[in-house]
Amino acid sequence: MIETKDKLFGIVDLNARFELTKFKPVRAVLKSRWMPLLPILINLFMFVIILLAAFTGGLSAGNYNFGIMIVWILWWVLLMMMLVPGFSRAWCMVCPFPIFSDWAQRTRLFDVKPGKLGGLGLKWPKKLSNMWVMNIAFLVTTFFSGFMTVLPIATFILLGIIIIGAFVIGLIFEKRTFCLYLCPVSGFQGLYSQFATVEVRRKDWEICKNHNPKTCYVGNEKGYGCPWNRTPFDFQKNTYCGMCLECLKTCPYDNMAINLRPPGVDLLVDTKREPRGLDEAWKAFIMLGIAIVFYLAFQGPWGFFKDMVRGVTLPGYLGYIAFHTVFNLLIIPGVFFVFAYLSKRLSGNTEVPLKSVFTNFAYTLIPMGLGVWMGFSVGILLPNGSYILRVLSDPFAWGWNLFGTAQIPWTPVLTGIMGYIQGAILIVFFAFAVGYGWLLAKQIYADVKQAKRGFIPILTFLTLITLVFLWLFVG
Amino acid sequence: MMKKKIILIAMAALGAACILIALIGIATPATAESPRERFFEVHAKRFEYAPDTIQVNQGDKVTIRLVSEDVSHGLYVDGYEIKTAAHPGAEGTLTFVADKTGRYTFRCTVTCGEFHPYMVGYLNVEPNSRLWIFALLIVGVALCSAVIVLR
Repeated sequence: MIETKDKLFGIVDLNARFELTKFKPVRAVLKSRWMPLLPILINLFMFVIILLAAFTGGLSAGNYNFGIMIVWILWWVLLMMMLVPGFSRAWCMVCPFPIFSDWAQRTRLFDVKPGKLGGLGLKWPKKLSNMWVMNIAFLVTTFFSGFMTVLPIATFILLGIIIIGAFVIGLIFEKRTFCLYLCPVSGFQGLYSQFATVEVRRKDWEICKNHNPKTCYVGNEKGYGCPWNRTPFDFQKNTYCGMCLECLKTCPYDNMAINLRPPGVDLLVDTKREPRGLDEAWKAFIMLGIAIVFYLAFQGPWGFFKDMVRGVTLPGYLGYIAFHTVFNLLIIPGVFFVFAYLSKRLSGNTEVPLKSVFTNFAYTLIPMGLGVWMGFSVGILLPNGSYILRVLSDPFAWGWNLFGTAQIPWTPVLTGIMGYIQGAILIVFFAFAVGYGWLLAKQIYADVKQAKRGFIPILTFLTLITLVFLWLFVG
Repeated sequence: MMKKKIILIAMAALGAACILIALIGIATPATAESPRERFFEVHAKRFEYAPDTIQVNQGDKVTIRLVSEDVSHGLYVDGYEIKTAAHPGAEGTLTFVADKTGRYTFRCTVTCGEFHPYMVGYLNVEPNSRLWIFALLIVGVALCSAVIVLR
């Protein structure tokens, strides 16, 4: 944990922690090898149903399909509104997709097999050991959003590609390489988990320093060495911690902990081992841009844009892909670059590189983006949530009524006050972005006077982008 | 030094004013022009409405005639919780008094294809005080933040 004297909003102590694993029953559960295997198996069962429903649903309308509704309404909304901001990469903990490659590498699911793991175990290229591939993978995946979020068979194909990809990559490369550097949904979870209120961290550095070999990294009879190829004894950020709980099991001193913490403390971390980078900055831009494009396509009234996203005509679809790509990769970062340049100019600091100003301030877009996605998710969940009750009772549209909810009509909930909810979310996360923006300014510039001047253009950008989203949500 | 202080005080006053006006706006019902009768013929086809945005003033008596151009469609207005449906050759009609201000989404109620959940239009009931209240709050927070940082 990085100690900081700074306080968020001048009042929130960013060093405050509450250790959840200090309670013996909690630690015992998390150290059991049933955790997280049991929730993974339950989740696997759910995904078998999702895949079957998506496959049998074919080209039918997705609003009565279990696969579409659970993945794109329930899972996506849970991820953005609860799992990531609240519990960091808790989804990665219970994600069933890597279970097959884990099995292939370890030749068992439950107990621990000491020694070398199976598979070719190749190392992932160092140059690609960042978020760039995931950035592209996620962006390319969103090219198909007009199909995969509405057509069951398209969801089936997407999930199939991810499951097969995770397995094949697991056979070729070491450990959880797929989750680390390739999974399309891993990148934004890693990025936004920096804002999460939960973390896995070591407790006492002295214990780790004197402990050799580092069992959290190499493993022992209690568990595997970090499957995410990290060094848990040295965690400073959530970004690449998949919360698999192996380090809690392998530490003989119970020196690993799960803590509650103030949201967003990782945004201030910039160490040699876990530096801020352009890959994460671009992830933040892409997420912000996709939120705008998705809003226009899914919650806006503009039929011509929906037709482009749905690929009604090839030129229209190619136009959408071109606009989507340029907007996310160039226009949003380009506009932000202008404000970063103004920040440097106004600060009067000639020493700090512009790249550093640009990259570091981009981290203010993590709380901003999370708030924007929460607002977007509210706009998806409240009008469409009632479909979930229906498909739970009749997952394959075979006329079942398992829980007596199969005949529940479509019922929008609280949509009359949706704008207020979205506006309130925007303001809260705007405040977080501004609060952390100021703390970042003090890190970036040499003295407080420069930081004050350099912060104003970033504050202006954050205000303008929040007003843009406000206009989208309620304007 | 004196000039900086004056600017900061002015910014703080402006920021506080923005927040105050926004809070007063939440507590005070909006007033509008004198009400009129308004009629709209909305054509629905997969997956859009034409016109896609309906602009009225608070208090207007609004009638919407829904005409389907392909398959069956519906129209449900968020906030007003009223709906109608139209089928090819059979129109639907909806009449209501636009007494709630702000932007409300209207949505298709009949599954009309794969993009059905996202077939929407906007009903703008002016004045959109919701937008201005939140915009003032955001600007107010920004100005106050700037003052706190720069002081």
